[in-house]
Amino acid sequence: MNDIMLYSLITLVALGCIAAILLYFIAQKFKVYEDPRIDDVVDLLPGANCGGCGFAGCRALAEAIVKDENLEGKSCPPGGNATMEQIAAVLGFAATITEPQIAVVRCNGSFENAPKKIDYDAVGSCYFAHTLFAGEGGCPNGCLGCGDCIKSCQFDAIFMSKETGLPVVKDNCVACSACVKACPRGIIELRNRGKKERRIFVSCVNTEKGAPAKKNCAVACIGCGKCVKSCSFEAITLNKNLAYIDYAKCKLCRKCATECPTGAIRELNFPPRKEPKETVAETAEA
Amino acid sequence: MALRTFKIGGVHPPECKIAEHAAIEELGIPKRAIFPLGQSLGAPSVPIVKKGDMVKVGQLIAKGEAFISSNIHSSVSGKVFAVDDYLDASGYRKPSIIIDVEGDEWEEGIDRSPNLKRDFSLSKEEILNKIKEAGIVGMGGAAFPTHVKLTVPAGKKAECLIINAVECEPYLTADHRLMLEKGEEMLVGVSIIMRALEVSRAIIGIENNKKDAIQHLSESAKKFQGIKIMALKVKYPQGAEKQLVKAAINREIPSGKLPLEVGAVVTNAGTSLAVYEAVQKNKPLIDRIVTLTGKSVAKPSNFLVRNGSPVFMLIEAAGGLPEDTGKIISGGPMMGKAVTSTDIPVTKGTSGILLMTQKESKRVPVQNCIRCAKCTTACPMGLEPYYLAILSTNENYESLEKEGVMDCIECGSCHFTCPSGRPLLDTIRVGKNQVGKIIRNRNVR
Repeated sequence: MNDIMLYSLITLVALGCIAAILLYFIAQKFKVYEDPRIDDVVDLLPGANCGGCGFAGCRALAEAIVKDENLEGKSCPPGGNATMEQIAAVLGFAATITEPQIAVVRCNGSFENAPKKIDYDAVGSCYFAHTLFAGEGGCPNGCLGCGDCIKSCQFDAIFMSKETGLPVVKDNCVACSACVKACPRGIIELRNRGKKERRIFVSCVNTEKGAPAKKNCAVACIGCGKCVKSCSFEAITLNKNLAYIDYAKCKLCRKCATECPTGAIRELNFPPRKEPKETVAETAEA
Repeated sequence: MALRTFKIGGVHPPECKIAEHAAIEELGIPKRAIFPLGQSLGAPSVPIVKKGDMVKVGQLIAKGEAFISSNIHSSVSGKVFAVDDYLDASGYRKPSIIIDVEGDEWEEGIDRSPNLKRDFSLSKEEILNKIKEAGIVGMGGAAFPTHVKLTVPAGKKAECLIINAVECEPYLTADHRLMLEKGEEMLVGVSIIMRALEVSRAIIGIENNKKDAIQHLSESAKKFQGIKIMALKVKYPQGAEKQLVKAAINREIPSGKLPLEVGAVVTNAGTSLAVYEAVQKNKPLIDRIVTLTGKSVAKPSNFLVRNGSPVFMLIEAAGGLPEDTGKIISGGPMMGKAVTSTDIPVTKGTSGILLMTQKESKRVPVQNCIRCAKCTTACPMGLEPYYLAILSTNENYESLEKEGVMDCIECGSCHFTCPSGRPLLDTIRVGKNQVGKIIRNRNVR
């Protein structure tokens, strides 16, 4: 081994040591303390970064949970209660239970119910179509059918039905509210999933008076108020010619749906109705 | 000498002025007239009549109370049927006054004789007041209240009045016929506006495809002081305010500013006639000339229509709706808007109704951008439409604002010229809408 190699080796080792010591002190000086629990929480979250919790991604939610030291008002729509319980267990906080929700499309203006009067052939964006005109069927509040909601969905939980021209929400919806924000007409709403996925809601957002609303769509809410009177739980309110069912108060009795003269109230996942006599018998049994 | 025009961009759509030899015909009185309350730019007018009231022709029925707002007068006599929502061109329901026509009784003091009244002795304030009372708005399409436009704010000075008689939109011939048949009245109107603005110079810009109008007006203009007729090279969109100022007096309006910044005021030919009628004949703005045209229309015509008449009346008078109608457009083919129903009324800003054939109105299939830069060459504002469209699709509103999307005049030259049929203007409009919203929010804060 000659001298040159030896000197080079010694110089490099010395340089390495000096750099290591220097870096150690610099790292100590600029150290950022991060709660290790944040990483734990992030690992438990689904990592979809959908923004459904109201925070800018999963890590932001984790930081907020750890910072606030409680789980109040925080939820993870895709993860559901199971995820929140796990987080609560890891952190030792009390778990908060939120009712699972699902997006609901409150328009039934299908090709059949609201026949097309005009053809729209410009850019396929609901936002743009909304600024341009009332809609192919003529309803100024109804679904435009350009699919902004479908483009906004990260979970492939909503699709456009070819038969009706309306978006349909699938069961894997996590209620992240991306489609709610994407709809320029506020048609989509998050509602509680309900017992056995049974839901009842007014499938219309038209605020026009009865006659013009009915002219454009066979199943429009005409604001007659029959459902309000029929409801025994005061769950239905009438505002601007439009009925709204409060899902927190609704007991899913389906009385309003039978009362509705236009069929604007829709029921999902209920067993088929039986003859009136049998219904009475069934309720007695139950 | 070569004819003047604006320098940047521009396109040459087929002119199709099929109604140019059809003399102005008076259209009858409608059975029911509809007056939307928001027919001019700015705040909607406030109705001063209620259900069941009897009104006469020329009676004030809605008042413009805000600064930018205009009065609305009834164009028919009869009973107010309702003050209720009524369909507008886009299919939304907007508050309107609906009047059931009974007879044809005019308000007193309106001079209905056809004689020309040349002399006027009113002062500037009196003229402006009369224009405001008569509810005159820009009749080129944007319907900006004229009294606001003619009120020069302190510190600014108008040097030159430019009359927009360009009519660069294909098909439309309303202003052309107006110049031929009511040219002298219009010129009196121009002198009245000149007095109101205290300017000594007026230029009437007319595109060179209306040679008879240029000749006719040049003859008549000799009797008036300071009015010059300027023939302009045919190029779309010369009728846009900024392009016309550039063409007529070779001055460029800075981005986001009004023509007054360079000492010019631009008004429309139809507006000048309305000013004449208001000041000299005491007649408020209750009718206007509307072109009804289209390739398969039996009788393309120019009608003198009472405001509030439903569009189907015009279509019937021109020989009915052709079978191959694809779209009904309010305005010209380049900037007009497709309407959703023929029940909608003619308003102060309706310059024409175009019945497009199915073949014409069909959009070409959208293909990929081939980077040919035709849109950039065609843009009269010197923007890059393809880039604005990309930014708009990506929702990059910050860059969109920096790229000058707010300068876009929505003339549609980019869309017209695109060989791939890309909906450039549609896409840009979405972005412009959003950027406008962002800017307004920022200003509020």
